[in-house]
Amino acid sequence: MLEIKNLHVKLAEEDKEIIKGLSLTVPKGEVHAIMGPNGSGKSTLAYVLAGREDYVVTSGDILWNGESILEMEPDERAAKGVFLAFQYPMEVPGVAGLTFLRTATNSIRKKRGQAELTTPEFMKVVKERASKLNIDVEMLKRPVNVGFSGGEKKRSEILQMAMLEPTLCVLDETDSGLDIDALKIVSEGVNALRSPDRAMLVITHYQRLLDHIVPDRVHVLAHGIIQRSGGKELALELEKSGYAEFQGKAA
Amino acid sequence: MAAVQETIEQVKKIDVDQYKYGFETAIESVKAPKGLDESTVRYISARKNEPEWMLEWRLAAFERWKAMVEPTWAKVSYPKIDFQDLYYYSAPKSTEGPKSLDEIDPKLLETYKKLGIPLKEQEILAGVQSSRVAVDAVFDSVSVVTTFKAELKKAGVIFCSISEALREHPELVKKYLGSVVPQSDNFYAALNAAVFSDGSFVYIPPNTRCPMELSTYFRINEKNTGQFERTLIIADKGSYVSYLEGCTAPSRDENQLHAAVVELIAHDDAEIKYSTVQNWYPGDKDGKGGIYNFVTKRGDCRGRNSKISWTQVETGSAITWKYPSCILRGDNSRGEFYSIAVSNGHQQVDSGTKMIHLGKNTSSRIISKGIAAGFSQNTYRGLVSAHRKATGARNFTACDSLLIGDKCGAHTVPYIEAKNSSAHFEHEATTSKISDDMLFYCRQRGLSEEEAVALVVNGFVRDVLQQLPMEFLAETQKLIGISLEGSVG
Ligand SMILES: Nc1ncnc2c1ncn2[C@@H]1O[C@H](COP(=O)(O)OP(=O)(O)OP(=O)(O)O)[C@@H](O)[C@H]1O
Ligand SMILES: [Mg+2]
Repeated sequence: MLEIKNLHVKLAEEDKEIIKGLSLTVPKGEVHAIMGPNGSGKSTLAYVLAGREDYVVTSGDILWNGESILEMEPDERAAKGVFLAFQYPMEVPGVAGLTFLRTATNSIRKKRGQAELTTPEFMKVVKERASKLNIDVEMLKRPVNVGFSGGEKKRSEILQMAMLEPTLCVLDETDSGLDIDALKIVSEGVNALRSPDRAMLVITHYQRLLDHIVPDRVHVLAHGIIQRSGGKELALELEKSGYAEFQGKAA
Repeated sequence: MAAVQETIEQVKKIDVDQYKYGFETAIESVKAPKGLDESTVRYISARKNEPEWMLEWRLAAFERWKAMVEPTWAKVSYPKIDFQDLYYYSAPKSTEGPKSLDEIDPKLLETYKKLGIPLKEQEILAGVQSSRVAVDAVFDSVSVVTTFKAELKKAGVIFCSISEALREHPELVKKYLGSVVPQSDNFYAALNAAVFSDGSFVYIPPNTRCPMELSTYFRINEKNTGQFERTLIIADKGSYVSYLEGCTAPSRDENQLHAAVVELIAHDDAEIKYSTVQNWYPGDKDGKGGIYNFVTKRGDCRGRNSKISWTQVETGSAITWKYPSCILRGDNSRGEFYSIAVSNGHQQVDSGTKMIHLGKNTSSRIISKGIAAGFSQNTYRGLVSAHRKATGARNFTACDSLLIGDKCGAHTVPYIEAKNSSAHFEHEATTSKISDDMLFYCRQRGLSEEEAVALVVNGFVRDVLQQLPMEFLAETQKLIGISLEGSVG
């Protein structure tokens, strides 16, 4: 279970508070969606969950399976099952996708006390999972994300997620940049990972993603706090009314 | 990836001092008096029982050197060197007599063992490696031992110290010494010509493939001592040799001078592959101490269809000033330069190559990978030129720089001169950076910081590493990892 308790976050570089007392609980087995206006702090929340150093938690706590992860390094969190599909995935020049995937997969497996995959085992798994996401293995011979189209980047994020088998999946606008067919394929990939021991947090602006990945709960994040929570119908309502009612509703 | 993992494990074993070759050997030495004048040159020559012509040659070089000034065009800065405050000759006392493995001071054997260089042939043979490597070990100013000599002799290959070559094969030395790098070539080459103390000599007879890898390990041990070694390699018609040099030195607060000269000569259809893994002490984290490495290396593709290939992995030294070059004199000759230059801390590297196309249909290839981390400066400086008569000259150059952090610098200074309109020169350059964003991305995927850096760096240098002899690949990969330890965070 993910428990975010009265979280306050500011920028490391300047004295600007972005998350202002946010609380949220996502039980295992559930998928929660976060929606909210541009600049409301959704990506910031995702980064803080993953342990990015540009942000400072000034108060509150984040517990994953009952354990605070705030003091953990990003790679320790990854080993504990935290995965972030980036809104803007970074390029890793000179490192072939397959090498990156294999190094990451085995590094995580080792930290989790699982046996490392041999090259043939790894190739078998990666081919199978890539083909489900309609990713050509040829693309994985290229350096990670270098020269990838927007949609290719997003698909490759989900392949990484499938390989690393995380238990807390945070997807930051994975739908943006995907064409209609890709949206369906990627959603199927995400749905395939839904399981009783996984929690997912899906950040999106659009209902169309939630048509495919049907959430258990929907939260509206604006001005650094959760303004409203509801069932999947809340997303439909927002689609009609927009975020006007949360204008000026600072914490 | 096994190599990445190895790099990391190696890195982990090292805590504060990353330079594991920094130990000093307590050994009695014989030194020339401090300072440099004509008598120093005479002392060195006498010490080595050199023929008269050799002394004359040295003295001529010394005269030229006195009139020269230090070059200042490189992008390196350092306090002025006091050439009178150095020792120009130092030899372990025990190596004065005839050399055989049994007579070597055990302390020296121990030193090389600690450096991971086996000097006992039986140990090499007992090792897991299936291939053997013949080693010439140079300690301060003298060669202490050369292994596998007998076996090489059977093949007609001469592999010995240059002092020994002067005694045993003076005609060869006289014919070739200075024929590629003349005495007055440049300030440091002239200094070397005057005071060089030892180095390796290799001669491969016609139509002979040298039966094993040859290598020389240079070790500076003494304080305030310059090391001036001279290497001369001759590949006669249709022969082949692969040679590797490695270098280390103790960690000291004072800077030490190393000014070597390497000359390669490839006759018709001959090929020389020369690899360097340079790991001189780079100085401490504040930039104190370290070796000043001012080296002149040049290969002469004298014959038709000859080939010289330089591969260098430069990780050490406070300052590196080094441009292994090829003179493509013979028609259809080929020169190659593959380089990985890693700088961290306060290191300054100014390195590159010159490809001088003189013959017809000559070709050259330059692949340079510069990795700068910490507060270091890393410059590639290269010249590709085609003479008027060099019809059909071709060159391909690719210079890639990788920056780790934002306090370091990478620079590319390529010069191109084509005096022949049929010359075809291509140049590519890229600069990439290991940014905090990229590191965060990798770490989010479960990689530690070191793993992430090692992964990116290994990917970056891969095509150059492949040029190294197999025997040295794993070690070199580790070395690069170690050199970049502490480069982030
Ligand atoms: N490193 C940073 N430096 C300066 N400002 C920042 C930084 N990170 C976030 N911010 C600011 O914090 C606010 C929240 O940004 P965040 O990226 O979390 O928004 P978001 O909800 O993900 O928006 P979008 O829907 O456009 O993706 C914005 O005003 C943004 O400009
Ligand atoms: Mg965002």
